[in-house]
Amino acid sequence: MGQTLTLRRRQSLIGWLFIVPASVLIFVFYFYPIVRALWLSFQTGVGVNLQYAGLFNYQRLLSDNVFKLSLTNVFIFLIIQVPVMLTLALILASLLNDPTLKFRGFFRTALFLPCATSLVSYAIVFRSLFALDGFVNYLLTALSIIDKPINWGGNPWTARFLIIIALTWRWTGYNMVFYLAGLQNIDTSIYEAALIDGASGVTRFTKITVPLLKPIILLTTIMSTNGTLQLFDETMNLTNGGPANATLSVSQYIYRLSFQYSPRFGYAAAISFVIFILVAILALIQMRVGDTR
Amino acid sequence: MTRRRFYRFLKYLFLFIAALLSLFPLVWMAVSATNASVDVVTGRLLPGKHLIENYRKLSQQANVKLAMVNSFRNSIVATFASLVVCSIAGYGFEIYHDKGKDFLMRLLLLSMMIPFAAIMIPLFMMVGKFGLLNTTTAFVLPTISTAFLIFLFRQSARYFPSEIIEAARLEGMSELGIFFGMYVPIMRSTYATAGIITFMNAWNNYLWPLIIMQSKDSIVMPILISNLIAGYVTDYGVVMLGVTLSVLPTIIIFLLLQNSFAEGILSSMK
Repeated sequence: MGQTLTLRRRQSLIGWLFIVPASVLIFVFYFYPIVRALWLSFQTGVGVNLQYAGLFNYQRLLSDNVFKLSLTNVFIFLIIQVPVMLTLALILASLLNDPTLKFRGFFRTALFLPCATSLVSYAIVFRSLFALDGFVNYLLTALSIIDKPINWGGNPWTARFLIIIALTWRWTGYNMVFYLAGLQNIDTSIYEAALIDGASGVTRFTKITVPLLKPIILLTTIMSTNGTLQLFDETMNLTNGGPANATLSVSQYIYRLSFQYSPRFGYAAAISFVIFILVAILALIQMRVGDTR
Repeated sequence: MTRRRFYRFLKYLFLFIAALLSLFPLVWMAVSATNASVDVVTGRLLPGKHLIENYRKLSQQANVKLAMVNSFRNSIVATFASLVVCSIAGYGFEIYHDKGKDFLMRLLLLSMMIPFAAIMIPLFMMVGKFGLLNTTTAFVLPTISTAFLIFLFRQSARYFPSEIIEAARLEGMSELGIFFGMYVPIMRSTYATAGIITFMNAWNNYLWPLIIMQSKDSIVMPILISNLIAGYVTDYGVVMLGVTLSVLPTIIIFLLLQNSFAEGILSSMK
């Protein structure tokens, strides 16, 4: 008995040795920095010359119009882009789920391929496609849809439209993969029964596909919301936050405050903590949903 | 019947348009990389003969070779370190699990809700304090251990038969020996999935190197292509060649291992 107990303890100890390196790294590079960020958000000053200032940064936040605008921008992207993209992904997934569909593999690969591109690179491709002398303007003028090139990046709403189009291009296939996986778990006999009952394609979609995929739809909604709240690479490279901050994201504002202007780490940390709270709330909802599933 | 045919036609039309829109930007990118800027802006959609010329100009503007080497080195080191550290931990959390370890695992999962933007300033200050700016170490360190990967390997260890472990122990194998000798070879597909995701994340990482890789010698591909568009005049042929080079490795990995890639994406919902 004593022998097995020490053996158990020895194994348990070895187990701890296995998990210590990874755990230490997470504490050092996630938990410590987030606590540090909170502490930083109570300090003001330029660069590393900081002093305690209580809630000053948070008060300043409330009257900062650029911060409010960046938050508004992110929510505009969120409210327009996420529903459009997820609906599109859902429709595409249910069309691709048909085993008799021809060129199924080709469609799947083609729609999924944008996921292989980095955020910076596709942002630059879209920036070039939609440049004043870019291909889209060339095509639209050649087809006489417009008589002079549109300055996509020059007006607040066309610039936002550009971000929304680009995001949709990059992430629709990504979400489609989730729905395809979910659809494979749905018993095909449900669809067969619906077919016998004479349910149309649209009815089958709204009455069977959507309700049964609800947990996954919720999951993808949360993931997309999370991603949009942290938007950076695209606004930085596609529109550089312009014109007049109309596409500035919160992350890009934090970046500007910390690394482009004279560094205001304390104030930037206060803003980053606001994002953290928003993301944390989302993650908690996600875990709740994950538990009940 | 005709109505049904019409719907079928609509369905295929919709899918073809969607596939076309999905592929077009990438095709345009690759084609434009072989054309002069003048041809790109006048809508040329056929491959041209300016590839070498574009590459020459690109090399004058930016050190592509260095950026490629740096990107590959950073990404390979990050992937290797990440797989070793996270898979050992995932295995440890599952095989030797007890109350304490289960609690720690739940605690680590909380790190997944910390957005990078929220911790980048303290991370930057840490890296600066330790004099690690512009180093591969700084690039890699914060990305080695992620709760997501640990969790992925913990789940896969759940399907690792305990009889194998018992038998190996009776034969006198060490615990670390069992991990490397038995678990690693069996879990190759999990390693492939995890490796693809980690490599792609490291390869595409932009914000972190933007902050810490400030010297010319430490430039990586995402920064390089981002710098190409910073000037007043954009040479589209050159820019698209840079972008094409930067997406080539990940596109090749994607086309070769599409299913592992999809699995990696999906594992975040298991």
